[in-house]
Amino acid sequence: MTNDEIRSFIDNSIKENRVMLFMKGTPQQPACGFSMRTSGALNVLGVKYAALDILPDPRIRQELSELSGWPTIPQLFVDGELVGGCDIVMEMFESGELANLLGVEQPELDEERAEPEQPVQQAPIGLENRLN
Amino acid sequence: MPSAEELRTRIEQAMPGAQVSVQDTTGGGDHFRAEVVSDRFEGLTRIQQHKLVYDVFGDEVGGAIHALSIKTETPTPAGDGR
Repeated sequence: MTNDEIRSFIDNSIKENRVMLFMKGTPQQPACGFSMRTSGALNVLGVKYAALDILPDPRIRQELSELSGWPTIPQLFVDGELVGGCDIVMEMFESGELANLLGVEQPELDEERAEPEQPVQQAPIGLENRLN
Repeated sequence: MPSAEELRTRIEQAMPGAQVSVQDTTGGGDHFRAEVVSDRFEGLTRIQQHKLVYDVFGDEVGGAIHALSIKTETPTPAGDGR
């Protein structure tokens, strides 16, 4: 897969998925605390989202950051627009702005919750299978 | 390896008049948290505010600076820049 093909895959996934998260690891197995918190916020809101693991090929991150102008991972896009990384997403989650943006109810936050929420994730979008 | 003090100085130089505090969150010299209060953030979205701070370090974010967590504020706490 060429860099241009990776770039257009990323571009399409942002356009085709209303809520698109680029992260390290997967919602089931996040590979970084920042990615874990960001996908965790989406899980708590119960919103359906697509996620792409940027770790399988360094070019994914490189192309993504060139496209978005944002240097770090995770990156959350809603309706084709970059919302932010972990800090912004968590601030917006805590203030209720994220729920508002996504059109869902802000849940009652329970610090003592024993089980983490499960992701409502779309089928994997499968860039990995096309990298070679 | 960058220090919290070095990061603070560089943000202050790039954004004159800003109030900056930087913490090395792990003590390892590669994970930092920066809190920046500047009137340059006024009228900007959060994305634009954070980008101004990231831009101080360019490619070092993701490189030598493994993680840079950012909190931005304007001196007037009424608005959040949106």
